[in-house]
Amino acid sequence: MILHELIDFEVLRVIWWLLLGVLLIGFALTDGFDMGVGALLPFVARTDTERRVAINTVGPVWEGNQVWFILGGGAIFAAWPPLYAVSFSGFYLAMFVVLTAFILRPVAFKYRSKRDSAGWRAMWDWALFIGGFVPALIFGVAVGNVLLGVPFYLTDDLHSIYQGGLFAKFFGLLSPFALLCGVVSAAMLITHGAAWLSLKAAGPVAVRARAIGSVTAILAILGYAGAGLWLANGIEGYAFVGEVVRDGPSNPLTFTVERTGSWLAVYADRPWIAIAPVLGFVGLVLTFFGLRAEREVATLLWSKLAIFGVISSVGLTMFPFILPSSIDPASSLAVWNASSSHKTLFIMLVSTVIFMPIILAYTAWVYRVLWGKVTADDVTANSDSVY
Amino acid sequence: MEFGIVELSRLQFAMTAMFHFLFVPLTLGLSIIVAIMETVYVMTRRPIWRQMTKFWATLFGINFVLGVATGITMEFQFGMNWSYYSHYVGDIFGAPLAIEGLMAFFLEATFVGLMFFGWDKLSRVQHLVVTWLVAIGSNLSALWILIANGWMQNPVGAAFNPMSMRMEMTSFYEVLFNHVAQSKFVHTVSAGYVTASVFVLGVSAWYLLKGRHTDLARRSIAVAASFGLASALSVVVLGDESGYSATHSQKMKLAAMEGMWHTEDAPAPFTVFGIPDQGARETHFKVEIPWMMGLIGTRSLTREVPGIDKLEAQAEERIRSGLIAYDALMHVRAERENADPAEIATFEAHSADLGFAFLLLPYVEDPRQATAEQITMAAEDTIPHVWPLFWAFRIMVGLGFLFIGTMVYFFFMASFRGMRFPRPALHLAVWMIPLPWIAAEMGWFVAEFGRQPWTVDGVLPTAMSVSHLSATEVLVTLIGFTLFYSVLFVVEVGLLLKYIRKGPFMDVAETVAWQHRHEQRLSGGRAGPGEIATPAE
Repeated sequence: MILHELIDFEVLRVIWWLLLGVLLIGFALTDGFDMGVGALLPFVARTDTERRVAINTVGPVWEGNQVWFILGGGAIFAAWPPLYAVSFSGFYLAMFVVLTAFILRPVAFKYRSKRDSAGWRAMWDWALFIGGFVPALIFGVAVGNVLLGVPFYLTDDLHSIYQGGLFAKFFGLLSPFALLCGVVSAAMLITHGAAWLSLKAAGPVAVRARAIGSVTAILAILGYAGAGLWLANGIEGYAFVGEVVRDGPSNPLTFTVERTGSWLAVYADRPWIAIAPVLGFVGLVLTFFGLRAEREVATLLWSKLAIFGVISSVGLTMFPFILPSSIDPASSLAVWNASSSHKTLFIMLVSTVIFMPIILAYTAWVYRVLWGKVTADDVTANSDSVY
Repeated sequence: MEFGIVELSRLQFAMTAMFHFLFVPLTLGLSIIVAIMETVYVMTRRPIWRQMTKFWATLFGINFVLGVATGITMEFQFGMNWSYYSHYVGDIFGAPLAIEGLMAFFLEATFVGLMFFGWDKLSRVQHLVVTWLVAIGSNLSALWILIANGWMQNPVGAAFNPMSMRMEMTSFYEVLFNHVAQSKFVHTVSAGYVTASVFVLGVSAWYLLKGRHTDLARRSIAVAASFGLASALSVVVLGDESGYSATHSQKMKLAAMEGMWHTEDAPAPFTVFGIPDQGARETHFKVEIPWMMGLIGTRSLTREVPGIDKLEAQAEERIRSGLIAYDALMHVRAERENADPAEIATFEAHSADLGFAFLLLPYVEDPRQATAEQITMAAEDTIPHVWPLFWAFRIMVGLGFLFIGTMVYFFFMASFRGMRFPRPALHLAVWMIPLPWIAAEMGWFVAEFGRQPWTVDGVLPTAMSVSHLSATEVLVTLIGFTLFYSVLFVVEVGLLLKYIRKGPFMDVAETVAWQHRHEQRLSGGRAGPGEIATPAE
């Protein structure tokens, strides 16, 4: 069959780069508030009933939200196999920590209210905090490391070798710039969680969430600006040298790459991408004011805008690179050399075009059915059936 | 055995996958059983069926969450521990995993929240649809995962691309309609249905023994026995279909399962009992059924089922052919676009055997330098360890027939003897609860251990598939996962037992009252969903 040749390989690669963004943003928009609520839990809710109010705002939806994470993994595997292979084996122990946190979280949601003892519940509250805060932080750290370049190289057989011993591999990820990115990510997702609680929780939980959220919004703004300045002045970017074949086989070793002055140099070539960081800042500022003004629905939308802007700005700045190598730039993974085959990208696109609208439709329906605030009365009246 | 990175990665994969599969079969089956019960409720409006639905759904939920949680590891572990595998076959293997997320997992995970929290926000029929969508989503999940796994057993619709140094998809249709994947899917979901039926039967039997919730227990037994009988029959019939498929695609696995060291004259006998001896290459104390293996394997009396000796000789030939492919590949790789067309043609003629050349990598850095002895050793490596396969398979099959017998008995007693179950039968049902899990894990063991030394049969050896990690790193995560999972398991079983002891959380009178209020709410004007959502129960 030659059906897949209806769309050029090059175009399919760009589409899948966009879809990678859609998945990451979809994950941050939905599961992001689950993580934010988890991280906020010890601070916004003091009594058991208050904690249950906070937990039950996400109770019926976290499971669907988490699928964005799973689907992200699956889609990277299907559309960007080298990225899947290099990044997850390279960030091995960090991935283990993220997985542990993400396994802990569902169990905590489901099991917390199944026993009455205060110790049992306090234990799962901590699990929810870890399950929210730790991944939110690590995702940012990972993005920071990707911007810095990751110490791996590819052999002629395309085995990926990550440099460094056990400790260097894990603690080497925690450079100051990467940690700053981690702070931005955590602050942004906690703000998102606060915006969600402000909309969905009733009573003191919402009040405290707004207070904390406006602090983390400022932190996110400052951190994002700081990371931008750092990127402009202290971090080298990457660029292809010579002719770039955009529809060739996925083999990074056929390309030549050099380090350039700064990632931000691309803003001179394609100034329109500045819209992404602008949306990021505007969204964060509006979220801050929205939280202060108790504008519930609008604040959540602004927070989503902020996340959209911030994540897009990273992708657009790096384009066409996806995972640059700091020790062997020629091994860097990019849109033109790290995708699946023409045929697989096409099949996956067809599947996505069929199923994504259906997913969005039924997800929207579920949120509509669940519309409305969760109150302390709801929790006490349905004590046996809610989380 | 020395524990290097390959052994540790395998151990971790086996541990996390088998642990994941403690929860999956119950999810597959119980989701359908709950949906059947709710269907009866919606059709009859009898409160007892709602009570049953909610009770079994509670147990379903406790189990479901661990299936989801441990599934996360599975989705990412290929990249973490099997990065060369991921690079080498991601173009094919990744697609079903991603489609699983799009088509199935999103469906079940999005609706499972409403299934538990939507009783007051949805009409009866709406809620029933939600419950069915969860069940359908779970089962579709299994379909795509088994398409992925089926491809590892029988890698069709793909070819090696020397330019990108990996396998690439040539026909999605072949991957999708891979006969191994199809028969594995039906066999696996049926096994899940049997698991859930035995579980429901056992728990209900316990209630009858205690004289508690007898209405709920009797009706649950009726559902479990009918559903379980159909499923237990289908597991065995379709398991036989799997065996037939294996004759075509994985002859070595089949020969090892049977301990068939030497090719027998057709029709080959089936060994019911024996002690396989890998060193002497024979099975001691054999008890055989004549003709049986030939019938299962070939569905004929004349075709031959090849034995291990014959397959080993074939493997040696394929290694030699693979070496030609490997040599040509090295030239093509060095020249890339400028490669000699003759070299490319040579490669393509032998590329189906390329994977066999990789079997030499543990012995020699450049397979082309291999000696004749090394080639013989590599060919011998294609023989899996026979006795674990031989016995795991027999335990699984034996249990399969036991389940048929049990289900026939309970179906008969429920349908024609007025549900008067003798106490010993009820005790037996309780003690049988763990057995389907044992059968299911044995089945996976046969499927995966029997595929060794390959991750993708005939294409990529296991030893070559791993990530370049240090053994310490894998040891850290292996210990971490083992401890973490053990704690989760203890917590889960504790909660299941607590909720089984507690029984249904509303009695019949409360359920009737709820039903009355629910009807009033539904008929009370066309209010938005938010307003219907007043706390009840």
